[in-house]
Amino acid sequence: MSDAFTLDGQPVPFTPGQTLMQAAREAGHYIPHLCWHPDFTAHGSCKLCTVKVNGRFSTACTTAASAGQVVENRSPELDEKRRTLLQLLFVEGNHFCPSCEKSGDCVLQATAYEMGMLSPHFDHFFPDRPVDASHPDVLLDFNRCILCELCVRASKEVDGKSVFALAGRGTQSHLIVNSPSGQLADTDFALTDRAAQVCPVGVILKKRVGFAVPIGERTYDRAPIRVVQVPARAKPEESA
Amino acid sequence: MASAELEALFKKHAHDGTRLVQALHDLQQMRGWLPPEDLASLAQGLGLTLAQVQSTASFYSFFYTRPVGEYRILFSDNITDRMLGSEALMQRLCEALWVEPGHVSEDGLVSVDRTSCTGLCEQGPALLVNGWPMGRVDAARIDAIAQAVRTRQPLDQWPRAWFEIESPIHRRDWLLSTTPPAGAAVEAALARSSEAQLQAVIDSGLRGRGGAGFATGQKWQACRAAESTTRYVVCNADEGEPGTFKDRVLLSTHFDDVIDGMCVAAWVLGARQGFLYLRAEYRHLLAPLQDRLAERRAQGLLGAGAFGGRLDFDVDIHLGAGAYICGEESALIESLEGKPGKPRIRPPFPVTHGYRGQPTVVNNVETFAWVARIALDGAEACRARGTPQSAGTKVLSISGDVARPGVYEIPFGMTVREVLALCGGEGAAAVTTAGAAGPCLAAHEFDRQIAFEDVPTGGSIMVFGPERDLFDLARNVAHFFAHESCGFCTPCRVGTAVNARLLDKLDRHHGSPYDLQEMGRMHRLMQGASHCGLGNTASLLLHDLQVKFPEAFTRRLHSTDYEPAFDLDAALSQARWMTGRDDPGAHLGDNLSAHLGQPWPTGAAPSAPESEPT
Repeated sequence: MSDAFTLDGQPVPFTPGQTLMQAAREAGHYIPHLCWHPDFTAHGSCKLCTVKVNGRFSTACTTAASAGQVVENRSPELDEKRRTLLQLLFVEGNHFCPSCEKSGDCVLQATAYEMGMLSPHFDHFFPDRPVDASHPDVLLDFNRCILCELCVRASKEVDGKSVFALAGRGTQSHLIVNSPSGQLADTDFALTDRAAQVCPVGVILKKRVGFAVPIGERTYDRAPIRVVQVPARAKPEESA
Repeated sequence: MASAELEALFKKHAHDGTRLVQALHDLQQMRGWLPPEDLASLAQGLGLTLAQVQSTASFYSFFYTRPVGEYRILFSDNITDRMLGSEALMQRLCEALWVEPGHVSEDGLVSVDRTSCTGLCEQGPALLVNGWPMGRVDAARIDAIAQAVRTRQPLDQWPRAWFEIESPIHRRDWLLSTTPPAGAAVEAALARSSEAQLQAVIDSGLRGRGGAGFATGQKWQACRAAESTTRYVVCNADEGEPGTFKDRVLLSTHFDDVIDGMCVAAWVLGARQGFLYLRAEYRHLLAPLQDRLAERRAQGLLGAGAFGGRLDFDVDIHLGAGAYICGEESALIESLEGKPGKPRIRPPFPVTHGYRGQPTVVNNVETFAWVARIALDGAEACRARGTPQSAGTKVLSISGDVARPGVYEIPFGMTVREVLALCGGEGAAAVTTAGAAGPCLAAHEFDRQIAFEDVPTGGSIMVFGPERDLFDLARNVAHFFAHESCGFCTPCRVGTAVNARLLDKLDRHHGSPYDLQEMGRMHRLMQGASHCGLGNTASLLLHDLQVKFPEAFTRRLHSTDYEPAFDLDAALSQARWMTGRDDPGAHLGDNLSAHLGQPWPTGAAPSAPESEPT
């Protein structure tokens, strides 16, 4: 028997060096997450993947797997925390799903459905976040930004352009564009960049293709995120 | 092409991007603020992207990316300053200068605002004028300041006495009772092997004096064991916890002990470079401390070839820029590297992957002072005081409702009651023992001991008399954390903001028990789910106050049922004003906050319009 930990009672094998998230995903288990992506270095900021490892809270995307760990994932306690985190993200930004081009393809929205979030619950912050429509091919709608830094990582690690960065502190944190004008048009950002594909919400949007796929037929309309986000050989979750 | 003065600046910082925070300080000194075009030049000159420079510049409270007044007056906004009347004083200054808090006057002359605790709580209310601290501010001083500003008197011509900072030490124990000659502790360490010196620190039982209480020897051991040829020693003088100022006093009175302690660490770890991270609020100490470092170099007590060539170690002082989070060691290291102070993912810990990815030991000012004394007097001397789990003494900063606020060195194990007796705070109703980030002890807990195993403390002791409204403390702390959260992780970034909003709602007498439950919900979320110690402790005091002093909250409740944040009656205030009506028919319900949002109180309503509205 190779090294393994248990995730909600089920054994999950891992190879040394893997995180809990990587091993769980490979074994077909869904641990909710927003800022994690298999292709990029872990960030550990959204905290959706908070699990209990041997009784202690820890983020699955940054915790190294080790043999014999007892990991709690989809417990009522943890899902309740995740629901609260999602609600906080919804009220912090301006998220109007019915009018958003990303609806149905949005990881935030799909995760909220998965967690049974029924309302934003908290008072909305209604921040003022002007859009950047300067680029010929791409619209930036900062209203929906959840500060996951996936675009920051993709642009830096894959595209080698470092087009994006976070600035500010606390609730003033915001995504900025690396150009003297601060506008996307004044960067070498291109639609073919990996950073253009990676936004989990509706900040980085391709122009002129709005609603090409009707709502109802989109990624997470067809299958819940716990099924979509694990590789095809996923089995244990199908019956969930 | 950058100007000659910018070129000189780049050269001073060796075109090194990790010097960004220091370079921004220099640029701001030059320009008064950080103009966008200069940030672009700075990015080029230091080999960074513009966005990287903007990220750092916009993270720290004391960097200004928009023009500020010639005179920038920042009132320390700790609860102890408020208890001494800081809010009324700020109002008085704003009225005298015709300026609103948080805004620059229209002529660009002056701005007045609040800032997080400046570490002058024992001589508050305090403020900073262009970064220079002033304590014991009163109404007469405010009027004099207003006059000096209005007449554009240059700051260096303001009376020196205004800026004199005291270092009151009211009780001295082993650490503060003597001042050994500079370098003596290092000589003692050098006479031993580095292994023996490490063992002495381990045997002493010394634990980190910043508050967390991690075993210093164990930290050093891990750093020593980490594979690398380059190690760093960092002194954490980012004393940001509200209510603490003992590191300011230690740096002012026992600086050589601190540097000696760093030298001993360097000897044990084989480090050649050290940093002292000084919070921006203590900028007034920068020049004297740098002068003293230069003297030590001249005396052969620091730098290349120091101690007869036996220790090659130097210390550079790095100035912070207004961010509480930089007291967290990995955030501090990020800041040392010129980045926003956001805590790193741990593990790996700084002892293996710290400054520039190399093994790094970060210890508190007081810890290093202790290291020096252990090197000099031996491990047993430390063990001889305190309790078995908390060896030695603790330097406390005591402020609030006490007769003699100031610094007190006490042996661990002393009870809160004994501490209160020392400082003349016998009548206290409540005591916070870890600044904004820990519990609030009620009178029935005063027999508990100051020790890591009972009441751990970084040294901030704030005392509240029975007449104090602890709700004010709760609201002050909630806003402090909302302001100081680095924004990296969701629970802390948004949770602290939600808490601040909930307390504002209660403050408006608009809350209900539901809102108190919501604070409980934030507490349960932030504890455990947050990325670092700031988020994990940011709701502790609020929670503790709710448990121990519920009446401070319940007497502010508007109803015992749910109450929405949106106030229907207040929303009608504009319509009432426009129509000149204030009769019962123009109001909705008996909402206590109905007067809010109205331009004047009831009774001072404008005369009715000539034609009655229909």
